[in-house]
Amino acid sequence: MNNVPAAWYLVLAALLFGIGAFGFLTHRSALIMFMCIELMLNAVNLTFVTFARTLSDISGQAIVFFVMVVAAAEVTVGLGIVVSVFRRRSSTSVDELSEMKG
Amino acid sequence: MIAVAYTQGAVVFATSALLILIGALGVISVRNPVHAALCLIMTLFGVAVAFVAQSADFLAAVQIIVYAGAIVVLFLFVIMFLGVDSREHVHFEPLVGQRAFAGVGVALTVAGLITLMARSHWVTGAVSVSSKLSNGSGNVKELGTAVFTTYLFAFEATSALLVIAVVGAVLLARRERSTTSEEVSQ
Repeated sequence: MNNVPAAWYLVLAALLFGIGAFGFLTHRSALIMFMCIELMLNAVNLTFVTFARTLSDISGQAIVFFVMVVAAAEVTVGLGIVVSVFRRRSSTSVDELSEMKG
Repeated sequence: MIAVAYTQGAVVFATSALLILIGALGVISVRNPVHAALCLIMTLFGVAVAFVAQSADFLAAVQIIVYAGAIVVLFLFVIMFLGVDSREHVHFEPLVGQRAFAGVGVALTVAGLITLMARSHWVTGAVSVSSKLSNGSGNVKELGTAVFTTYLFAFEATSALLVIAVVGAVLLARRERSTTSEEVSQ
């Protein structure tokens, strides 16, 4: 397969990570912040797959598999926390959460 | 360096790059959380296209099934369950200059990454001999072998992690019956 240089995909992954990081740092809604974490995780996955192709090694793809599993677990617990916080405070804004008390 | 031989791959790359970047910009710029979740699906499909182009077929399928099929649906479920139509106050800044600092920091990080890629030759590791990628076709067999032999312990650990996550999510989202005093009725 005629494939483009790996650097193109790496730059794309860096841009995707940057967009995700910017969104994570600027948004206040916990839901949008979780989506931005997903963006960053996907950027890292793309980097892993690109290096797996470059080095012709399956380990990169195996690690992406595990990253996906951990991301699924993280979203499950995170959204559970969001629901439970929303029940108390009627808001998903992270600015409201200024104390550790339940 | 970019020869004509790349055209086929370049079209695929351009498609995935467009999907990824437009979707990602949509996630961080639209107001409505439901629209943000839909933009997230677009990005995930773009990443799946990039996976297929780099002979990671199984991961592309998992990407669609797990991310677009399960995670984003979970997001949408929570958004609609909470009834969040909170048009976020984007222009209200409790921390002064937060957006500017975030923009500068992210721009510096991305520029540093790209400079590192352009100026150094750190992809010089030896090509793997023990677990080679089958070139061109899918790598389902190789991936399965790697996961169930080399990474068997990690695989078992993720199964434990999933059970813990399920139990934790149920525990967190459960409505407590005993405490009636603090129950806020919406």
